[in-house]
Amino acid sequence: MAASRDRRPGFSRRAQYSLFLSYILAVAGATVGLVLLVLSQFNPPAFAALRSAATEVTAPVSSGASAVIRAVASVPQTISTYFRVHDENAALRAEVARTHDTLVQARIIVRDNRRLRGLLKLRDVTPKVVTAARIVSSSATSTRRFGVLNAGRWQGVRPGMPVRGPDGLIGRVVETGPNTARVLLASDPESVIPVRRIGDGMPALAAGRGDGLIDIRSVGTTNAHLEPGDRFVTSGVGGLYAPGVLVGRVLKRGADNAPAVPFAHPDTLDFVLVSEPFLPPPPAAEPQEVPATPTPQQGSQP
Amino acid sequence: MTSALQPFGPTLPRSRARALPWATVMAGSLVSIIPVGATLPLMPPFGLLMLLAWRLLAPLALRRWAPAVLGLFDDCLSGQPLGSATLLWTLCFFLVDLFDQRTIFRAFAQDWLIAAVAITFCLVAGRLLATPLGAHVETVLIAQIAVSILLFPLASRAVAWVDRRRIAE
Repeated sequence: MAASRDRRPGFSRRAQYSLFLSYILAVAGATVGLVLLVLSQFNPPAFAALRSAATEVTAPVSSGASAVIRAVASVPQTISTYFRVHDENAALRAEVARTHDTLVQARIIVRDNRRLRGLLKLRDVTPKVVTAARIVSSSATSTRRFGVLNAGRWQGVRPGMPVRGPDGLIGRVVETGPNTARVLLASDPESVIPVRRIGDGMPALAAGRGDGLIDIRSVGTTNAHLEPGDRFVTSGVGGLYAPGVLVGRVLKRGADNAPAVPFAHPDTLDFVLVSEPFLPPPPAAEPQEVPATPTPQQGSQP
Repeated sequence: MTSALQPFGPTLPRSRARALPWATVMAGSLVSIIPVGATLPLMPPFGLLMLLAWRLLAPLALRRWAPAVLGLFDDCLSGQPLGSATLLWTLCFFLVDLFDQRTIFRAFAQDWLIAAVAITFCLVAGRLLATPLGAHVETVLIAQIAVSILLFPLASRAVAWVDRRRIAE
């Protein structure tokens, strides 16, 4: 089929003008898009209201669909559990017998630890859990990694609160609506989390890569050697993430920098906990009295 | 059943015939609300696929300013910075206009090629706008582009199926 070269819709002036007007409107739309883009580059949380209005509408749908999928997914699991129950029982009994000694030892250590901490008058800061909710959907088409949480301001969720799953850290809240919140996942390219290595406490930063992994970057003064299997937990530096939450396990050997697999995967089938920031945010600095223009000193001329 | 089978049957009212393309593109954007905690950005942008299919199969179905509004809707849902789809989808329409002027022969293969160019442009530009250059998303992005291009015939099928219902406008 040959394309027609003439783009005029006919001899009608009205049709020609309306086509011309539609092109002008399209250019205007592109310009508006450009302006919005520049504004959101300089101030990413701008237009959060628009986005949260959209998620307010879509999150209930996602929640409902997620509930249906959970119900369907639980059927084969229940059946397989029913058939595996005998073997599982035997395996669990064996494991209980095997770990009994370790458990007793661990109880003694915990009691000792509590006593020694009492002697040292250490004050533990336990972050208060705000709410338990689900990640109901995620930005599956975008290179950014966001999740939508089905709890918001009415449940006490505020921007900046850390989010953790049953296996480890998931991310932090960046925008909140009345009933939904947007979570920046730990694997997002713009997420950075202060961590330390289990074992020697070596400080590092866990920065998202965007491909589901996180980069562990050493911040120590000496050369750090990262080995496969090194596990990293949050260090509590900065006061946002409570210390001791699992973040990632190193995949490949590296000096100062190595990719790691996050422990927690945002899964719509499981609950996540939103907690308050580990330390309260510092009070806003008092604006100092500064004269608008420095007063020229009289008689400074020699 | 369809109006194509009943050429003299009752046609869709004008307003509904106008609204159908909009509704299908918005439905494409809404695919991103499915309850999946995606670790990788592999899902194709269905809104863009539907938009391109409409533009290439039925060029007059959507006004030239429609991609800006539909793009804004997509931005609210997709997690990209607001304004990226608004800008890129409109530029895609201009791109297809350019191809319309220059191509002499057009069949579905050419349409698919044009759609492939537009999809690649949108996804690469969207990645450059949304994520810092150092992020390791290129491999996944290439996979996403490939999946999107391969799914375009399916989107065209869907659009053709809907378009048959609003044919007598």
